[in-house]
Amino acid sequence: MVENRPWLNVLTHLVLVVGVIIIAFPVYLAVIASTHGPGAFLSNVVPLLPGSYMLDNYGQMLSQGMSTSGAPPLTLMLANSLVMAIVIAVAKIAISIISAYAIVYFRFPLRTLAFWIIFITLMLPVEVRIIPTFKVVADLGLLNSYAGLTIPLIASATATFLFRQFFLTVPDELMEAARVDGAGPMKFFRDILLPLSRTNMAALFVILFIYGWMQYLWPLLVTTDPKFYTVVMGIKRMAAVADADPQWNLVMAAVVLAMLPPVLIVIFMQRLFVKGLVETEK
Amino acid sequence: MAAIELAGVKKTYPGGAQVIHGIDLAIGDGELVVLVGPSGCGKSTLLRMIAGLETISDGTISIGGAVVNTKEPAERDIAMVFQNYALYPHMTVRGNLEYGLKNRGTPRAEIDARVEAAARTLEISQFLDRKPRQLSGGQRQRVAMGRAIVRQPKAFLFDEPLSNLDAKLRGQMRIEIRRLQRSLGTTSVYVTHDQLEAMTLADRLVVMNGGHIEQVGKPTELYDRPASLFVAGFIGSPPMNLLDVAALQALPGVTLPDALPDGTDIVGIRPDAIILGTAAPGDILLSGTVELIEPVGGESHLYVRVAGLEQAMIIVAQGRSELVEAASLDFALPADALHPFSRATGKRL
Repeated sequence: MVENRPWLNVLTHLVLVVGVIIIAFPVYLAVIASTHGPGAFLSNVVPLLPGSYMLDNYGQMLSQGMSTSGAPPLTLMLANSLVMAIVIAVAKIAISIISAYAIVYFRFPLRTLAFWIIFITLMLPVEVRIIPTFKVVADLGLLNSYAGLTIPLIASATATFLFRQFFLTVPDELMEAARVDGAGPMKFFRDILLPLSRTNMAALFVILFIYGWMQYLWPLLVTTDPKFYTVVMGIKRMAAVADADPQWNLVMAAVVLAMLPPVLIVIFMQRLFVKGLVETEK
Repeated sequence: MAAIELAGVKKTYPGGAQVIHGIDLAIGDGELVVLVGPSGCGKSTLLRMIAGLETISDGTISIGGAVVNTKEPAERDIAMVFQNYALYPHMTVRGNLEYGLKNRGTPRAEIDARVEAAARTLEISQFLDRKPRQLSGGQRQRVAMGRAIVRQPKAFLFDEPLSNLDAKLRGQMRIEIRRLQRSLGTTSVYVTHDQLEAMTLADRLVVMNGGHIEQVGKPTELYDRPASLFVAGFIGSPPMNLLDVAALQALPGVTLPDALPDGTDIVGIRPDAIILGTAAPGDILLSGTVELIEPVGGESHLYVRVAGLEQAMIIVAQGRSELVEAASLDFALPADALHPFSRATGKRL
């Protein structure tokens, strides 16, 4: 559809610009707020230009945290979040690709049933099964541990399904050629399927890393020891202080720092990510 | 280098559908046997059973004297060339060629030597470091062949390897496969539905239909003496004219030669055996109207309608025919070129 109507052009750009402003303005405000001194956001006009407290705010959050609300230094919380997100993403991919391999390439009794059971768990995200899951984790003594933070979130029907769909598009002849070439099931998986799924794994890693990073409810439940706080739930604790005004400049510094890792992951893996979503290398 | 022997081989799928009904076939050492037949005749299934990619429901398959029924494809020491090449897309050409050797634990120096030799034979040396997607169809086909020959297997199995190529390339590759197979002397089984490919490549041709073998023999034997109506109709292009004897006898002035065996219901005649114009004594003289002329270069195919016969007859006229469509035409069926068949059994008499 090629049209040449200047006013339509102007209008569409206007809508786009307004949209971008609506999305970007709060982020801008968070960055600005993190550079002002305490109180600047509570008194009269909200400042729109950077202040001069940037280094102080970030320095304090990274090294000491906010003792008034019981939040540990951000470095610790960022590290916890990083561990959680990476373990969840890597383990999800590892388990899903193996189960998808079993479902697609092996004939075993109740294979279809196994697939449907995995598929049905899509209907049961963490939030739905949170009470029983908490009970299990608590009984296993996994509260306040990295295991407790990550293991219940690792099983993934979505990733299994994605890998299954990808494996189904790999021609059977490839597997047969490998068999003729003397590659057993494990060798075929390692030498042929894994390299072929490389871009898919990268795309999934980006999505799952952000999924793990954004976890809020689950860490809130299973951690009571500040040593295991993650950054997303930590921010909530900072903002909700009793009998005092929240120190927005410090909270916003934490918010900006918490936003960084997902942004960096997307930027650095963008090429692979897009490739994994659109390209089929066959 | 090995002979392949099939004895009473059957294939029944779990649902109960039987696709191969007891095949007996002995393939000599160094022979190139072509399995040919229409789609669904079981030729690919049979090849895959020899390769070990399909289980054998009954009977035995032996390669080089040893029964291989329960052996994995890799243990049978065969190499297969697939229709869509099945090259590993993430590996370079070199990686594709050496993968099978590496899995076998062949020493590095020998792998390199064999890959170089195979690449030289197939003229793909300059592509060794490219990925398959950077190659054209013909080049990929060569790589697939290379992957087969580096292994120096007991037998090559070809599963319609040329059907993804264009006509010109197909012709070239056909000659090359023939040349290569002759020079290596490796026993080969080749599956195709293209009867021209089958005729030109085969030492022996196996025509299959509905899970049975219809006829086995040299390509010229099959062409000159088809054993059944099916083979008669399948081998040869344009196909043999099959005429109903009763309808033929009802035509005015037609008498069938006495030499035809008793019980002949159908006579066949090759389009190129029909003589235009007058007949020698004993020949069947017919006349009809030209419906369509297909000039194919050196010869023309005439579709001639004879009143009283159900199907138009096909006649190959040498050179450029002077005939025009709708003209009437006299032609003769030489008595010694007739193939007698029985309708009831479908067999040659």
